[in-house]
Amino acid sequence: MNLIVAVVAWFLNPANWQGPNGVPIRIGEHLLVSGFSLAVAALIALPAGVALGHSGRGGFLALNVANVGRALPSLAILAFTFPIALRAGLGFGFWPTVFAMVPLAIPPMLTNSYVAMREVDPDAVETARGMGMQGREVLREVELPLALPLIIAGVRNAAVAVVATATLGAIVAGGGLGRYLVDGMALQQYDRLLAGALLVALLSVVTEIGLSAIERAAVSPGIRAGIGRAESS
Amino acid sequence: MTPDEPLIRPEWLQTHALDVLQRVLEHLELTGIAVGVGFVISFALGLWISRRPGAYAPITWVTGILYTIPSLALFALLIPFTGLSLLTAEIGLVSYTLLILIRGIVGGIRSVPAEVREAAIGMGYTGNQLLWQVELPLATVVIISGVRVATITTIGLVTVTALIGQGGLGFFILDGIQRLFSTPLIVGATLSVALAVAADGVLVLLQRWLTPWARGE
Repeated sequence: MNLIVAVVAWFLNPANWQGPNGVPIRIGEHLLVSGFSLAVAALIALPAGVALGHSGRGGFLALNVANVGRALPSLAILAFTFPIALRAGLGFGFWPTVFAMVPLAIPPMLTNSYVAMREVDPDAVETARGMGMQGREVLREVELPLALPLIIAGVRNAAVAVVATATLGAIVAGGGLGRYLVDGMALQQYDRLLAGALLVALLSVVTEIGLSAIERAAVSPGIRAGIGRAESS
Repeated sequence: MTPDEPLIRPEWLQTHALDVLQRVLEHLELTGIAVGVGFVISFALGLWISRRPGAYAPITWVTGILYTIPSLALFALLIPFTGLSLLTAEIGLVSYTLLILIRGIVGGIRSVPAEVREAAIGMGYTGNQLLWQVELPLATVVIISGVRVATITTIGLVTVTALIGQGGLGFFILDGIQRLFSTPLIVGATLSVALAVAADGVLVLLQRWLTPWARGE
């Protein structure tokens, strides 16, 4: 009970909302390192997954990358990338965390975009060809819109994993919300620890819910109407 | 880490061989308890869902939220109540296995073809016999693939529990980071990945042994 009061007091204390260790800055750092890593991973994984899925080649690779990715624990990746980043003179914090999170974010996006492209209804592709669309047009006008929701689902899985794992960046002296956890644990300040844990959990859940909403919005209007949901477009 | 420090010092491995073995065993113990307890809970919930399909959505919703919460945050939330203990580690680890295992068990039971179920009912199987003698054996392949994912995930997460004083091989990773000493860090990380690969292999063999009819596929 006292602990709950202490956590509420922590959130109400204006000092915890200001300065470099304040909540807004820490959330900003967390989102910056997560967003940057996700963007780098997306630039690699999405074109590769879409290209492999479009051509139907390399399926074994695309699907197995995901399994390998799952076997690599994030702390272990961080453990590998940390000495490498230090040796490369990139310092603590940001870069080792990015190096650890890019390989974490690639597998779900690669696998999902590959599967999404493979699962596009071949009839739709054939119809498009029959209507005279060229390869590139078919990709842009038919395959990608149909594959989009599943591709975004991959981005969502990657984003949730990255936001969660960015917490570990604090172990290698990174910023972000993990700071409250690592410092709170080290200093045995349970109010800070719990406040940090709540913020991280909240940010993950918000990421999940937000991207789920985008995923639903990305369903092509024609398809949404087709499955009976009212949509007048 | 000074530039002339090698990534791996072989002599460290020689002097710490016993230490490493002990941490490997601790890692396996933490994983085994988590997947074991998680499986018992998930199995019970899975059987319940097979009778009441309406319970599936709320259960996956709750376990889905648990799964979304970052591991470090979940452990941190528990520390004020259960301390830096094995219990804290296991509550966290078990809660991450639930979503994966429940999906495997329910998905496995639901993957049994309707004709098989009807044939069994036609032959006079009662509800319980149908479940234990027909549905669960046929669901084994899917159930074990859920156990494989849960085990691999747990082996990775166990390393994080080093931060709350447990950790198995995660101890070496954390130790290496804190002392800027790359040898234990790389040994810990490599062995935890190797452990995940080995555990997955063992579970594949278990699945083949339990489901001889599926071997040809």
